[in-house]
Amino acid sequence: MTGISPELETLEYRWEGQREAGDFPPVLVGVVGSGNLEVLLEPEAGPACTVRIETSARGFGDIWHAVVRDFHRRHDLAGVRISIHDMGATPAVVSLRLDQAAREIAA
Amino acid sequence: MILDNRLIDAQPLADYRTAMATPTSWNTRASDRAQRLARAAEALGPALAGKRVDPDALPRLLQAVLRPGDRVCLEGNNQKQADFLAATLAALDPATVHGLHMVQSVVALPEHLDVFENGIAERLDFSFSGPQAARLAQLVSDGSLRLGAIHTYLELFARYFVDLTPRVALVAAQAADADGNLYTGPNTEDTPAILEATAFSGGIVIVQVNELLDAPDASLPRVDVPGGWVDFIVKAPRPHYIEPLFTRDPAQISEIQVLMAMMAIKGIYAEYGVQRLNHGIGFDTAAIELLLPTYGEALGLKGKICSHWALNPHPTLIPAIEAGWVKSIHSFGSELGMEHYLRARPDVFFTGADGSMRSNRAMCQVAGHYACDLFIGSTLQLDLQGNSSTATLGRIAGFGGAPNMGTDAGGRRHGSPAWMKAGDQARGGRSGVAGVPKGRKLVVQMVETFREHMRPAFVDRLDAWELREQAGLDLPPIMIYGEDVTHILTEEGLANLLLCRTDEEREQAIRGVAGYTAVGLARDHAMVENLRDRGIVQRPEDLGIDSRQATRNLLAARSIRDLVRASGGLYQPPKRFRHW
Repeated sequence: MTGISPELETLEYRWEGQREAGDFPPVLVGVVGSGNLEVLLEPEAGPACTVRIETSARGFGDIWHAVVRDFHRRHDLAGVRISIHDMGATPAVVSLRLDQAAREIAA
Repeated sequence: MILDNRLIDAQPLADYRTAMATPTSWNTRASDRAQRLARAAEALGPALAGKRVDPDALPRLLQAVLRPGDRVCLEGNNQKQADFLAATLAALDPATVHGLHMVQSVVALPEHLDVFENGIAERLDFSFSGPQAARLAQLVSDGSLRLGAIHTYLELFARYFVDLTPRVALVAAQAADADGNLYTGPNTEDTPAILEATAFSGGIVIVQVNELLDAPDASLPRVDVPGGWVDFIVKAPRPHYIEPLFTRDPAQISEIQVLMAMMAIKGIYAEYGVQRLNHGIGFDTAAIELLLPTYGEALGLKGKICSHWALNPHPTLIPAIEAGWVKSIHSFGSELGMEHYLRARPDVFFTGADGSMRSNRAMCQVAGHYACDLFIGSTLQLDLQGNSSTATLGRIAGFGGAPNMGTDAGGRRHGSPAWMKAGDQARGGRSGVAGVPKGRKLVVQMVETFREHMRPAFVDRLDAWELREQAGLDLPPIMIYGEDVTHILTEEGLANLLLCRTDEEREQAIRGVAGYTAVGLARDHAMVENLRDRGIVQRPEDLGIDSRQATRNLLAARSIRDLVRASGGLYQPPKRFRHW
């Protein structure tokens, strides 16, 4: 999400989920490039899905919250740590990359 | 009934008889024209030979034929530009030539606005201003340009024949022969409409050409404008500029655009059986064109959709044409680099006996308005009623042909399956005057919920309302009225506004596809789910579309080079699009 500023904004969210991901090799989708983002999924002990976002676009916390919340409603994951490096991707691209990454660990 | 003559006051009749006894001159336009031509001959001297003017003498010609306050049509098209005439006009002395009223469809070149900044022109009536939109807004706000109206192309051409008839027309053609006959080549565009209005109203026609055929027996490939309509010809030092406006590099099409294109094909084209259509400009519609021979083929839609087009020669349609999807295409203008391809596909494109294509913006606009069942295009802003506008704060962009493409033709009287089905949906359950059997054009606005820099495409209030105040316009510059829009397509889903029966339903249907914009987040979730149950809002999965399939691998061409290959080497893209 843009308005690219030199300083990154960091956002963190945590939800408890029902679908235990178990052990899986880390999954990386997307690229760090303008209008795009990189999503990394790793196993993490515990019942939660945690999300840490570093974004070059400041001031879109409400939208990030809604996008990640809807992702969690769709997949209900547990035991997953999600790291996002964003370079001004739109919510549509963010949702697409998250779904692609979740599919990798489901497969 | 016998009228009693005594009841009529005799005075008006007496006045009429007196007036009739005074001789009237009926040829003021012809005598004005003769005076201007005489002044030109005098100013030019030996620089004028027949209709040919020495390029160095062009400023003298313009000063001689133009008078303060003249209405002047300077040919600025979507693609072809009379750039030599524009530059010369802009450099004239405003002490001699001033107060001009410019009428032109496209304000494309800096010179088109330099004439206002330099005090040569003061009023403008136009259609589209793409790259000059910000500067145009600036000139309006500082008072150096008075804006008449922002027209559609057809509307402006219509006014050329009613109350905006040009006194002088400055146009561009490919070549002229010794008699002044013109060959426009594939980019005929606006020239016939402009010259018909000017030449048949005692106006003066000045043409810049790329080539002059000197030998008396040399003949043009074909005659697009007869020499009798033309007064002066000047050979420009450089070929006129042509903008490759409709070239879209498939490399830049995103997965989101692929997903939206899948929804358009399955949810609208297949659903209504759309055979006759027009595509707006942009990557969204380019994605649809590139999915026809792949995704469309897999759905078994070949021959059932997309046979007949009113469309510029989009390079991204080459794969579908080559795969046998397309029966005919009539074009508003041409597209740089497509000339050889057009020549090699005369069954599809409208070509002359000489083999080259002839475009015609006026005719193609009529074709798109009356004989197409669907228009799909993008926009910058959509409001809660579905009104759409490309005019944003500080930019007066105009809308070109979109309002005519994007509205049902009230005068249309022929049916087609797509048009009838849309009409049935719009009128279902209605009675009285709203229930009279009638079709409806499919008008689709295709937008990602956020544009670049996270600007939301959905807004509570269009900037158009504020622009109306700033520019003193009669109407807010709305491109397509909400009441004409039948579908809104975003990455979140498809809203069918034909099926909405109240303003509240329409608003929630729009919010229901507006994603994470403020407009989308403020939706009534229960009502949107109800609309979804009724098929008014459809998600990709409701359409049987697996968004995991939405990858760039579905595109029939993924680069300009792929397009060249698909054309068998006939498409020759401009240099700036060659990345290999």
